[in-house]
Order: sequence, then C-alpha cells, then structure tokens
Amino acid sequence: MSIEVNGKTFETDEEGYLADLNQWEPDVATAMAKEEGSELTDAHWEVINFLREYYEEYQIAPAVRVLTKAIGKKLGKDKGNSKYLYELFPYGPAKQACKYAGLPKPTGCV
Amino acid sequence: MSEPWEDDEPEGPVRKFMYVNRRAPYGTIYALESLEVVLIAAAFEQDVTLVFMDDGVYQIKKDQNTDAIGVKNFSPTYRALEGYDVEKLYVEKESLESRGLTTDDLVVPVQVVDKDQLAELMEEQEVILSF
Repeated sequence: MSIEVNGKTFETDEEGYLADLNQWEPDVATAMAKEEGSELTDAHWEVINFLREYYEEYQIAPAVRVLTKAIGKKLGKDKGNSKYLYELFPYGPAKQACKYAGLPKPTGCV
Repeated sequence: MSEPWEDDEPEGPVRKFMYVNRRAPYGTIYALESLEVVLIAAAFEQDVTLVFMDDGVYQIKKDQNTDAIGVKNFSPTYRALEGYDVEKLYVEKESLESRGLTTDDLVVPVQVVDKDQLAELMEEQEVILSF
C-alpha cells in the first residue's frame, strides 16, 4: 500500500503506517488525517510532535498509558488524560497519532 | 457501554514476572524479543523485574554503534522503561565485573546484586522467563 502526498509516493503497511519513518513530512500527517475525515489542529500537532520526539529519544512508539502520562508531564494535566487524547484521536490516541507521526504501530496497545 | 477512555483499569491479576537476559544484544533476536515482551507486560501493568547477567549486561552498555552490522541500535529503548514503571533492574555483579564494566558504563540505573541475592529475588517471582 502507499499514500500519495504532493506528487510523492510514500510506502505504507497494510494498516496505513509509514514504511520508512525517515521519509515523514508534516504534509503526510495532514493527508492521512484527511483520508480519515479529520483536520489537524494545533492540539493534534502538539501530540504528533511529542511522539516524534519520543521516538527520536527512545526508538519506540509508546503504549497509550505511557503516552498519556508523558503528555501530562510535558503539556500539563488537562492534556495528560485519556478523555482529552481520545477526543483528538478517536481511533485510539497512540495508534492513530503514531500513524500520523509516521511511527510504527505501538507494541501491544491501542 | 463505557467510553474507551474510561477503560483504564487493568483487568485480571497482576503477576510478578522476571525476565532474565543472558545474551549479547546483537547476533540473535533474544535481547530485542525480550525487550518487546517486557514492554507488553508493562503495558498490561504487570509487576516486572529485569535481570541482566552473563553477556546480557552488554544489552544496556552505553555508546552502542550498530552501523556496521546494519541493525537498529535499540539500547535507547531501555531508558523508556522508567516511563512504563519498570524500575526493578538488576545486574549480576560477577557478570559486570568480569567484563570490566561498572554501573557508569550502563544506559540505565540498576542495582548490582550477587548470585545469592539474585537467587532470593528469583524465589519471590511467579513467572521467570530466560532469554
């Protein structure tokens, strides 16, 4: 599978996760969101950028519980809770936000 | 029906799992597989203990460079364990010392234990998995 963005083709796996995370660019996230019928706001970008940084540092996509806790630490308690994150990413905050961020699917989680 | 964000409580019993890592990080898949299983157990909020002994101590050695062997350097991931509430990391003393290493050479804070202390820790576990 693949996704077409700005005339460039990006390989994905069968669930739509980017094959090579180094290829990622912000427009890829925008295009993936559009395909799922949503538009990315600053609040979405905050989480997506957080995930990129997390991956850069630890070389994994975090489990949802870990993501929630880490977001709380970095961006404040009002954002570090499941309700807030599920409202932004209804398909599961770790799963969906990781996909937009170009990361692999998180190990063993939603 | 509950909303997905209300489904935060762990289900089922919490068990004491110990993962014993005894092999070098690269050359076989054991170290990486162990780490993945540890992350899954931790995501399910189990009581996780890690032991590094024999060549397994190399898994958490600082400054790993895997460029020449064309595999991913996954040693940074051990530093994510704290965020998963996995904080019981033990290194067997003789394994560390016989390889000329100290805790300063490791990417994560660990407790150094001798064989007798390790045996006691193993005694406390419900499940022990050796990699």
